Amino acid sequence: MSAQASSTHINEIKTPLISAEKLTCIREDRLLFDQLSIDIHAGDIVQVEGPNGSGKTSLLRILAGLSLPYDGSVLFKETATNECREEFHQNLLYFGHLPGVKGEMTTQENLNFNLALHGLDCNNSQETLTNVNLLGFEDSLASHLSAGQHRRIALARLYKSKAPIWILDEPFTAIDKQGVESLEALFTQHAQNGGCVILTTHQDLITINANKIKKITLDYCSY
Amino acid sequence: MTANKQNLSYRSAFTLVLKRDLTIALRHRDDIINPLLFFIIVVTLFPLGIGPEAQTLSRIAPGIIWVAALLSTLLSLDRLFKSDHNDGSLEQMLLSPHPVFILVLAKIIAHWLITGLPLIFIAPLLAVLLHLNEQSYGALMLTLLLGTPVLSLLGAIGVALTVGIKKGGVLLSLLVLPLYIPVLIFATSAIDTAALGLPYNGQLAIIAALFFGSLTLAPFAVGAALKVSTN
Repeated sequence: MSAQASSTHINEIKTPLISAEKLTCIREDRLLFDQLSIDIHAGDIVQVEGPNGSGKTSLLRILAGLSLPYDGSVLFKETATNECREEFHQNLLYFGHLPGVKGEMTTQENLNFNLALHGLDCNNSQETLTNVNLLGFEDSLASHLSAGQHRRIALARLYKSKAPIWILDEPFTAIDKQGVESLEALFTQHAQNGGCVILTTHQDLITINANKIKKITLDYCSY
Repeated sequence: MTANKQNLSYRSAFTLVLKRDLTIALRHRDDIINPLLFFIIVVTLFPLGIGPEAQTLSRIAPGIIWVAALLSTLLSLDRLFKSDHNDGSLEQMLLSPHPVFILVLAKIIAHWLITGLPLIFIAPLLAVLLHLNEQSYGALMLTLLLGTPVLSLLGAIGVALTVGIKKGGVLLSLLVLPLYIPVLIFATSAIDTAALGLPYNGQLAIIAALFFGSLTLAPFAVGAALKVSTN
């Protein structure tokens, strides 16, 4: 068995926000996971674990619809995601390895573009920048900022997002301790408000109660 | 939390991406200057290489200007999606609730404004240098105005297909150049016909058809190709 999902708290019986059905992923002739099925409900915080190269990013990209699985399908509220693309994307926030920040634009412009691209309004951006500790850098070109600050610009969207499904690939990379804590608080709050968070990280989540975290463990398959 | 519906308008998505790409290009001027400089250098080298006889030059002028425009567009195509792909903004665009074709169309039009439009402004000056027939100026401008957007639109398909490949430069030329040949043939033919004082509506109509055809179909092809490239 390549993957197992263990849940320690009982979910109410209702339609999952996002679910994967018998996903199989093959990369470079290597089977990463086989017949993986998961249901993710509102209120879940799901941590995908596994060694480097075990397919964590591939799984998240498949869930977000950026990559196609070899076999299986991803469902958003029991509808295949490729049949309700617009609705699914309105309810999805994906944050990948790359922050998508343009060096030629200022912090403010980057943030406003990110928000508007996903149909969010750009009001109170001062407040949003305070949340990610970037106040005072509004007018600095992003190329003058550090890697951690780039990621903070991209993460600022989390504070404005209304999308219930968050898929976050290594959100804590290059983020300082304080930043990690405030992000964890945000995840807890998001889950309480009826959203779900699917993330990969090699760090332990400190402030979130371990019982509340569902874990999906991916191992190397040996066939 | 309930599923949220947002008001998404095509126009706001279009202007958003167009503005962003133009802002980036204006701050990163190489994108504008390099293709233009390439165009000017190539065209000015021909009289030096061939000799200053007016008759020879005016015979080959349409071809030189169009080939140079074509190559300079090809040179600039790479930037269309490369940087967005490398920094992850392309993924975000594909995941945005806006339809991909509208975002792609905005990017292509921004690319044309940055690289195609300057060529049109500088072309008449270079035509003087090549002793282009006086009657041909109108045809030159019209073919460039209708033809260079086709170059950007068709080129975008090639770039979208090769953006995920590390060294896709040669492949891009191989993919795109055959698609450019009809534009080149009809554009130079229109300019030659105009030099003889004959009507060139036919050639112009074909270029216009190519323009509208690619304007409506290319964005969808580019969207599909980008999905393949990011897979």
